[in-house]
Amino acid sequence: MAAVRIPPTLRAEVGGARELEVTGSTVAEVIDDLVTRFPALATQLLHDGELAPFVNVYVGGEDVRMRDGLDTEVGAGDHLILLPAMAGGC
Amino acid sequence: MAVSALPASLLDLVGSTPLIELSRLSPSPAVRLYAKLEGQNPSGSIKDRVAQAMLDAAEAAGELAPGRRLLEPTSGNTGIALALQARLRGYELTCVVPSNVTAERRRLLRLYGAEIVESPGEEGSNGAVRAALQLAEGDASYFMPFQYANEANPRAHYEGTGAEIAAALDRVDVLVAGLGTGGTLMGAGERIREAFPEVVIAAAEPLPGDEVMGLRSLADGYVPPILDVSRLDRKLLVTNAEAVAGLRLLLEREGVLGGVSSGAVVHAALRLAEELEEGVVVCVLADGGWKYLSADFWDAGDVDAAMEKTVWW
Repeated sequence: MAAVRIPPTLRAEVGGARELEVTGSTVAEVIDDLVTRFPALATQLLHDGELAPFVNVYVGGEDVRMRDGLDTEVGAGDHLILLPAMAGGC
Repeated sequence: MAVSALPASLLDLVGSTPLIELSRLSPSPAVRLYAKLEGQNPSGSIKDRVAQAMLDAAEAAGELAPGRRLLEPTSGNTGIALALQARLRGYELTCVVPSNVTAERRRLLRLYGAEIVESPGEEGSNGAVRAALQLAEGDASYFMPFQYANEANPRAHYEGTGAEIAAALDRVDVLVAGLGTGGTLMGAGERIREAFPEVVIAAAEPLPGDEVMGLRSLADGYVPPILDVSRLDRKLLVTNAEAVAGLRLLLEREGVLGGVSSGAVVHAALRLAEELEEGVVVCVLADGGWKYLSADFWDAGDVDAAMEKTVWW
């Protein structure tokens, strides 16, 4: 099982959990698992079958958009992080 | 008789920062690690380049002239850089600053002559952006350079930061910089890719504490208009604790006192350097550590917990 860290903005949709155990061997399968269990997440995470523009997903600390996107592999012990896109830059 | 070559003011000293080798930090002799010391700019950060380029462009376009007031959302460095520029060019400056930035930043902004308007700390940089956009809408005398959407920001790094690195080295395999507005990565990245087409452009991105995410929903998220993430090759999330560990390593091994984002860049650079058998990795270190000395993470047992309520870069 992999684990997903849920950002504060999405915790209401998952019953308040900060982290969830998930199944799936790719990011797409993990999101599928999340959306099946918490249907309210669907519109937040996906947009026309792609990752929604304001959502970043990290596997092993690396943004999956720079890897294989939704096809990025997820290992059994991997830690995924969901984050909203935020401004930075001092 | 070199009088004409002397700088006329601090504005002439923006850019042309030192590039040093970090041989004591490199994981192997075949991987050469370099650092561009942007803290050596006149107001202490890479944002001197951005502030200068944005105001030059606005004055040249006739958008900025005496009588107008400058306004910018900033958690520190851009505000300090704009304040230096504003003072020497004769403009007033108002900065919208998240309420939880370090005391040095606030004090520096005031000393340089900026007026401070606070935005809720828990809303982070996004909150400062929102508040500044509202202020600008309500008062036509404000001119907002707005680094997040101003093409002069990446252009400053294309013509300055990136060009300087490309001229100084005969090979660059990886460029690592902190991700904020995206200006450095877009501008310097493009310039270095022109010189070294195979270069990997890598972003070190902060993992914000829960309490500063401050978004009601993901739809409140913000991707700066100047940032095109498809032009990044790698994007690595760095925790506050990892950034501070990088900062300490940089200081212990090389004697360089960097800021929090510099620590994050070093952390990401070392991770990427481990993947190379040989090559050249260049780190852009955006500021020095001076503005962080009052922060309480230095002696904290749990660094992440000590840092989670503040926006660090």
